[in-house]
Amino acid sequence: MTGTNHLPSQASTHPSAQPLLQVKNLKKYFPIQKGFFRHVLGNVRAVDDVSFFIHEGETLALVGESGCGKTTTSRCILRALTPTSGQMLFGTPDATRVDLAKLTRQELRPLRPQMQLIFQDPYSSLNPRMTLFDIVGEPLLVNGMTNRRERVERVAELLRLVGLRPEFMQRYPHAFSGGQRQRIGIARALALHPRLVVADEPISALDVSVQAQILNLMLDLQKRMNLTYLFVAHNLSVVKHISARVAVMYVGKIVETAETTELFALPKHPYTAALLAAVPVPDPRVKTGSVELKGEVPSPANPPSGCYFHPRCEFAVDVCRREAPAYRERSPGHFVACHRADELKLPGIA
Amino acid sequence: MNHATPLLSVHNLQVQFFMDEGIVQAVDGVSFDVFPRQVFGIVGESGCGKSVTMKAILQILEPPGRIVKGEILLNRNGSTIDLAKLNPNGKEMRDIRGAQIALIPQEPMSSFSPVHTVGDQIIEAIRLHQPVHARAARQIALEMFRDVGIPMPEQRLDEYAWQLSGGLRQRAMIAMALSCHPRLLIADEPTTAIDVTTQAQILRLLRKLQEEHHTAIIFITHDLGVIAQMADYVQVMYLGLVMEEGPVDAIFHAPKHPYTQALLRSIPSVHSTPRVNLPTISGSIPHPFNRPSGCPFHPRCPQFIAGKCDKHIPPLRSVGGVQAAACVLYHDVEVPR
Amino acid sequence: MREPMANANPVVLPLDQVVKSVAEERVSVASNWKLVWWRFRKHHLALFSAGVLILFYLVVLVPDFFATYDPEATDAKLSFIPIQGIHLLDGARISPWAPAIVGKRNAVTLKMEWQVDATKQVPLHLFVRGYPYKVLGIFETDIHLFGSGSQDADAKVFLLGTDRLGRDQWSRLMYGTRTSMTVGLVAVALSVVLGVVLGGVSGYFGGWLDLIIQRLIELLQSLPTIPIWLAMTAALPQDWRPDQVFLAITIILALVGWTTLGREVRGRFLSLREEDFVLAAELAGCSRWRIITRHMVPAFMSHIIATSTLAIPVMIINETSLSFLGLGIRPPAISWGVLLQEAQNLQTIALAPWLLIPGLFVILAVLAFNIVGDGLRDAADPYGH
Repeated sequence: MTGTNHLPSQASTHPSAQPLLQVKNLKKYFPIQKGFFRHVLGNVRAVDDVSFFIHEGETLALVGESGCGKTTTSRCILRALTPTSGQMLFGTPDATRVDLAKLTRQELRPLRPQMQLIFQDPYSSLNPRMTLFDIVGEPLLVNGMTNRRERVERVAELLRLVGLRPEFMQRYPHAFSGGQRQRIGIARALALHPRLVVADEPISALDVSVQAQILNLMLDLQKRMNLTYLFVAHNLSVVKHISARVAVMYVGKIVETAETTELFALPKHPYTAALLAAVPVPDPRVKTGSVELKGEVPSPANPPSGCYFHPRCEFAVDVCRREAPAYRERSPGHFVACHRADELKLPGIA
Repeated sequence: MNHATPLLSVHNLQVQFFMDEGIVQAVDGVSFDVFPRQVFGIVGESGCGKSVTMKAILQILEPPGRIVKGEILLNRNGSTIDLAKLNPNGKEMRDIRGAQIALIPQEPMSSFSPVHTVGDQIIEAIRLHQPVHARAARQIALEMFRDVGIPMPEQRLDEYAWQLSGGLRQRAMIAMALSCHPRLLIADEPTTAIDVTTQAQILRLLRKLQEEHHTAIIFITHDLGVIAQMADYVQVMYLGLVMEEGPVDAIFHAPKHPYTQALLRSIPSVHSTPRVNLPTISGSIPHPFNRPSGCPFHPRCPQFIAGKCDKHIPPLRSVGGVQAAACVLYHDVEVPR
Repeated sequence: MREPMANANPVVLPLDQVVKSVAEERVSVASNWKLVWWRFRKHHLALFSAGVLILFYLVVLVPDFFATYDPEATDAKLSFIPIQGIHLLDGARISPWAPAIVGKRNAVTLKMEWQVDATKQVPLHLFVRGYPYKVLGIFETDIHLFGSGSQDADAKVFLLGTDRLGRDQWSRLMYGTRTSMTVGLVAVALSVVLGVVLGGVSGYFGGWLDLIIQRLIELLQSLPTIPIWLAMTAALPQDWRPDQVFLAITIILALVGWTTLGREVRGRFLSLREEDFVLAAELAGCSRWRIITRHMVPAFMSHIIATSTLAIPVMIINETSLSFLGLGIRPPAISWGVLLQEAQNLQTIALAPWLLIPGLFVILAVLAFNIVGDGLRDAADPYGH
C-alpha cells in the first residue's frame, strides 16, 4: 500500500445538521463504599460534567491519560454503564432523537445494533470457545437472522470486508494473531451496520508493525460505510492520524475540543500543550520533553479546588485556584476550559 | 565509534526454550558491546527476543529457557568475567545482580513485595551489597529518593508499593536500582505501563541520573519514539535476530534494513498529515515457534528475493560505515552459514 | 513428503511445510473440549487413573456380574475363611485355579480353622453360571464374569475371604463399590447443581441476593461438619428402607458440600461479568439467558468439572467415615464404610486382616479421582499457553 491516498477531509462544523450524538452534562459518579452496610463515604467523579457532539460520518477522538474518564464516558454512551445524570441524545434514522441515558434495558435493545464497540484487547474480547462464524454471526443471530445459510453468507462478506479469508470461519480465535483478532472484532462490530462505532484504544495492544494496517482498515471502512467513530485513545500520534476533531480529557472533564490540525498546531489549554510536548517523537533530531509537567494526575475521588489542572500548571494564577473555568467556545469549533485561554500563546506541533 | 573498553560484551548469544512441542530459538546469535556512559537501545516487537536477551544477561531466564551458546563478558575492574558460565543462583552472580547490573522492570508493582514497605526493600538491597548499618542504609535510601525526585521522601519510604502512584513507583524502582551504584542499568520497557506526561518525566530523570552517575544503560522498548529520544546506539531485533544496528541518527535517518525502513514508515506520528493512509507492513509477526526459514522477515518483506532470502540467514555486516544490517540487499550470500 | 528428521538442527525447524500447515489447520478448528483432551492425554498417570475409574463404574453398573456369590448369603459354617489366592497357570497351561480350603475344628477352642489345601485345585472359569440377578433391573441372567461354577461347599472360591457370617467379601465389595461410588457421584452432582445455581445467582445478579447467599455459605462453612451430619442423620426415621437412607445421606452430603463450589462459581461469574467478550455479547443484543448459557457457563465448565472430580473423593471419604461410625448407610445395605465397620475391633483385625481390604479400595478410588482431577485442572485452561 502507498501512503498518498488522501481521504476527503471532514468538515468539522455542521451548523445546520443535527449531530448524530449530542452528550450534554454527562456525569458518572462511582460511590466509595465502606463496611458491612456499604455506607457511602464519597464519590469518584469519573466523568464530571462532560458535553460534546459527534456528527454523522465524523471521527471524534477522546484523549487523555489513564483515569481521566475517557473509557467511562464511552461505556456510558454504549450504556454498558448507567450515567449518574446528563443527556445523551442519539439521532435515530427517522430523525427523532432519543436520550440514551433514560432508556431501560428493554428499550435499549432495538437501539443496540446502531452503536457498537471495538475493544482494546483483541484477546479477551473474543470468546475463545466460539468459532469465527459464531462470534461474527452472533449479533446477526440474536437480531433475527435465524437462517444459517444467510448468516454464513453475511459472515463471509464481513470477513472479506475486514481482510480475512472466509474459509477461516470454522476456526477458533486461538488460531489468529493479535492483528487478525482485531479484524475479527471489527467484523463483529460492523455486522449490524452500526452508525456509531466506539473504538476503545483499538491499536494500543497491537505490535507496531501491525498498527498501521488496522488504522488504515478503520479509515477505509469509515469511507465505505459512512461510519461515525468515537475514538478513545491515549496516544496522540494515533489520534492525529485518524480523527477529524479531538477532545482532551483531564480528571473527568473535557478541557479542550478542536479540529485536529488546530488543536495540534494551536493548543489553547496548558494541559493539551504539555501533552503534545510529552509525546516522544521517533526522530532523534527532534528533542521532545522540553516542557516538563510537574507532579502527577490527581485522583478523581479527591480533585483539587478550582481548575483541576492548576497544581501542575505553570500559568496558574489566583483565579485558577478558586474557580473552575467554564468550558466555552473561544473560536469557531474550538472549546476550551481555561481562565487564561485567550491570553496564552502555547507551543503546538505543526 | 568508541574505542574504550566495553563494559559489557555479548558474543553470539543463543537462548533456546525447550518446550514440549519442540525448541524455540528465542535469541539467535546476538552480539553487542555496551560502553561506559552509553545508552544502548534494543528495539523490537513481541517475540523479537529483546526481553530474553535482558534476562540472559542477568541470568534470570525461567525454565525451559536456557543459554545454549555464547559469551556475556562483563568488565569488572579491568578483568572480564563470563556471566554465561556462572551459576545463576551462585554467590558470584548474586553479587553482580544489583551491585554491578541493576534492572528497572516494566511493571514496578510486581517487582515490589506488597507486604514490606518500599523503604525496607531498598534498605535490604543496599545492605545486601554494602557493609552498612540499617540506619546508614536508610540514609542512603532517603538520598536516593530525593535524587529521583520523590516528594516527601521520608514519608514515602514507609509506604507500601500499592500506596504509590505508577510514576512514583517507577521512581522508587529507579532509586532502588541505583542505590548500589551499578555500572550498568537494564531498563526493560520502563515506561510502557506509564502515562505519557509521566513517561516524559521518567525518561528525563533517567537521562539526568545517567549523566550524574556515569551509568551505562541498556534500554529495551518497542516504542520507536522512546528509543529515538533515549538511545545513543540502537539495535533492531526481529524474531531473535539482529536486523540492523547503528548510531541512533543513522537508524532513524538512514535505515538500511527493509524491516527498519518499513517500521519507521508505518508508525503514525504527531507530525504526519491527518487522515492519510499509512504505508503498512503486510501480514503479522509469526510465532517464534514457526520462525520462517532464512531471513525471518522475508514473508513480509517488500524487497523479498525468492531463493535467497528464504534460504539463508544473512549475517550482520557493515553498511555505509557507521551501521550494520543483516540483509542480502547489501551482502549477497552464496554459501549457507 | 519428506519424513521429518528426528534430531536435525533445531534452528531451522525440519518439519515439512505441508505437515506443519495440516497440523496448524487441525489446531485452528479444534474446539475447547478437543484442546482440553489433547492436553489431558499427555498426562499418562491421569489417563491410567481414568481407566481405573471406568472399571470402578462398570462395577457400579452391574455389580452382580462381577460378584461370584450372593453377597447376602450367609453360612455360619464358612465364617472367616482367609484369602485363597488365584493361580493363573496350571503347569505350563494358562488355566486359572484356586486351592481348595479345608476346615478343621480346633479341638481346644472348638472353632473352625480353615487351611488351604494346595493339592486340591478348584478350576476357575470365565462367564460361569451362578445366582440369578437382573442387569440394570431390566433383564434377568445368571452369567457372572468368573467363578468356579459349582455350588459345592468344598468347591467354593472366596477370592477375598469371608466375614463373620460367612459372606463372600469379594461379592460384598462389588456391592459396596456400587453404593460408595454412586453416593460420591450423586452427592457431587447435586452439590454442583446447588453450587452453580446459587453461586451463579449470587455472582451474576449481586445485590441483596448475593449478600444472603454469601452469609448462608459462611454459616454452613463455619459449622463443624461431623456434628451436622450427626444431627441430620439422627433426624432420619429409624424405619426407613436402606435405599431411602441412602438417598437421604447423599442429600445431606450435598447440602453441606456445595459451599466451596458455590463460592468458586460466584467468583467466576464476578470476573466473567467484567470480561470483554461478555460485554461484546451484551452490546450485540444478547439476552441475559444467552449470555449466561452461551458465554459464561462454558467459560468455567471445564474448571467446574475438574473441581467436581476433586470433590468426589471427599464425598466418598465422608460417606465411608459416616457409615464406619454407624451413622450413614446401615446394614443390610452395603457400602465401603459398612464393610469396614466389620473390621472395627482389634480382635477381627488380628483374626481376619483381610476384612481391611475395602480400605484399599477406598484409597485406590480416592487416589484415582485426585489424579484425574489434577490432570483435568491442568488441562482445563488450554488458552493459557
